[in-house]
Amino acid sequence: MTQRNIIEAINNALDEEMQRDPRVMVLGLDVGKLGGVFRATSGLLDKHGPERVVDTPLAEASILGASLGLAISGMVPVAEIQFLGFTAQGFHQIGPQLAKYRMRSRGRYHCQVTIRAPFGGGITSPEFHSDAVEAQFVQTPGIKIVMPSNPYDAKGLLLEAIRDPDPVLYCEPDRLYRLGRMEVPDGDYTVPFGKAAVVREGSDITLVAWSAAVELCLRAADQLAQEEISATVVDLRTLVPFDVETVVGVVAKTGRCVVVHEAPLSAGFGAEVVATLAKEAFYDLDAPIDRVCAYDVPYPAGSFEAWYLPSVERVVASARRTVSQ
Amino acid sequence: MTAVITKHSVLSPDGTLVKGAKPKVGDELLLEMLRWMLMSRTYDERATALQRQGKYGVFSPALGQEASVVASAMALDPARDWIVPQYRELMAVVRHGYPLERVAANGMGRISDASRIPDDVNVLPNQVALAAQLQHAAGLAWGLKLQKKDSVVMTYVGDGGSSEGDFHEALNLAGVMRAPVVFFLQNNQWAISTPSRRQTATQSFALRAAGYGFPGITVDGNDVLAVYEVATEAVRRARAGDGPTLIESLTYRMSFHNTTDNPSLYEDPKERDEAKRRDPIERVIKHLTRRGLWSDERDRETRASVRAEIDAALERAATYPPAEPSQVFEHVYAELPERLRRQRAELLGES
Repeated sequence: MTQRNIIEAINNALDEEMQRDPRVMVLGLDVGKLGGVFRATSGLLDKHGPERVVDTPLAEASILGASLGLAISGMVPVAEIQFLGFTAQGFHQIGPQLAKYRMRSRGRYHCQVTIRAPFGGGITSPEFHSDAVEAQFVQTPGIKIVMPSNPYDAKGLLLEAIRDPDPVLYCEPDRLYRLGRMEVPDGDYTVPFGKAAVVREGSDITLVAWSAAVELCLRAADQLAQEEISATVVDLRTLVPFDVETVVGVVAKTGRCVVVHEAPLSAGFGAEVVATLAKEAFYDLDAPIDRVCAYDVPYPAGSFEAWYLPSVERVVASARRTVSQ
Repeated sequence: MTAVITKHSVLSPDGTLVKGAKPKVGDELLLEMLRWMLMSRTYDERATALQRQGKYGVFSPALGQEASVVASAMALDPARDWIVPQYRELMAVVRHGYPLERVAANGMGRISDASRIPDDVNVLPNQVALAAQLQHAAGLAWGLKLQKKDSVVMTYVGDGGSSEGDFHEALNLAGVMRAPVVFFLQNNQWAISTPSRRQTATQSFALRAAGYGFPGITVDGNDVLAVYEVATEAVRRARAGDGPTLIESLTYRMSFHNTTDNPSLYEDPKERDEAKRRDPIERVIKHLTRRGLWSDERDRETRASVRAEIDAALERAATYPPAEPSQVFEHVYAELPERLRRQRAELLGES
């Protein structure tokens, strides 16, 4: 058994899948010799050659649009967009093209394309590098949205993504890339989409999160435990498909819930979670559901981000309030 | 790798050969091209009429651009080459193997698996998010090259679409990857009501190829022989591994942008009259008549057989399955997630 952090788990998944399936290729900015700005593709060029590990021109729409064409040709592209915020310069190739192509062709074509994109705050990166814009893609049906939060899931979800016949946006929490290691087995395994994970069980309140916010919620849960508030933490893992059943089941048990995400509050995916719970868990709710999110302001410079992002303190305060209601 | 900018023409508007031109198209092939051009024009007339009767959706005719559309497609081998269309190349995709009756069924709103592109036909769906298709074509050509296939991709764009960022990105990528793709730019002088001089300050769209490291060539797009020669050469280059070509086909949209448009609000009638003088079909007929290969009788027979073929396709199209609510949820994902299954049940009254 091997201990890996998230970046090593992603690298291992790419390497093994390229070995298993000769159609799989990696393309994007600086993915070759450099191994990507976070080194997720480190070593792949030497091992799999320049035809399958390709530094592209600096153009997001090209990386994404060409991936669609590559997929139709019979390749299985894994495109790296250097930061999720940069998808703005290629958005039209994701929502209107990749996500819709199966329907637009009445099933004649499908796009087996994985888009990997690091994102999230807490590492004081420059402008546009941290934006949590995942909910934008929920509004373009036809694509799946995957948000791993730990090394084991990172590998299993990435292998699932690459093999999925439909396009997948795989968002990587850059703050957690090297935060810690866990057991990530060598060899093949997948984590299915649409299955939320209950990563901590408690009886007083449920914290719902995905990606780096899961780590935040686990720390908040530790702190809440000291105040004798017992919290369940649910990791959605994928926003599309959204595992309503698990979330409703868990929240029905605790009767109270806080949803936490790094994206701005308004119309974030948290709004969808809350609206769904308001309908499906209405009679089990003992208090209004709260949300702890980034504020509805543009992502500020790094020196402000501690105030902008949801924090352990804010999550704990919200949970405390919700439990006391 | 310097761009070659020449205006290529073979056949004059009066049907005579341009001085010194030696056509590389045999008589049989030329007659076949003429029939396809007549198919295009006749279908335009029929679809437009049906649209006016409320029996066909919004339609964009290729009227005036038939030489450009037909000759470019005929440079391809449907068995191995691909067409990545924009939306005004209907007979190109039909010639490539997409049955006309299926295309017509789509136009009539009878969109279903029955009307989709057949599995063995190398055509991508129409694209109205302009120039997005060029990126797909570049990627497709790159992928075919990676798999050592000897296929070529022909993709279409207009003078308007060439202003999109995707145009630049796609041509740039194709140049860098030396992808086997031909960018066929139909300069029909109009982007709805906006004239082509509003799309570029240069004299020629073909000039842009220089910036991407491959040849650009301007051709008389109303000259079926010239278009065929230029397109054939571009396909040959791509197949030989020499990379992309940008072809600017100078033509004229002798009709509206689509059935919602009204060119009388912006088009000088003199321009249309001048374009009619350069009609791509008339000049072939004049040429063939001069050479004794066309007669009134042959004209009547050909037009009658074209009409019969189109009538038959339209009749069959009208019998294609009509739209059904369950289709709204088809082909969204390979497998419908639970949430969508519930929404589907709601729509179908099954919940």
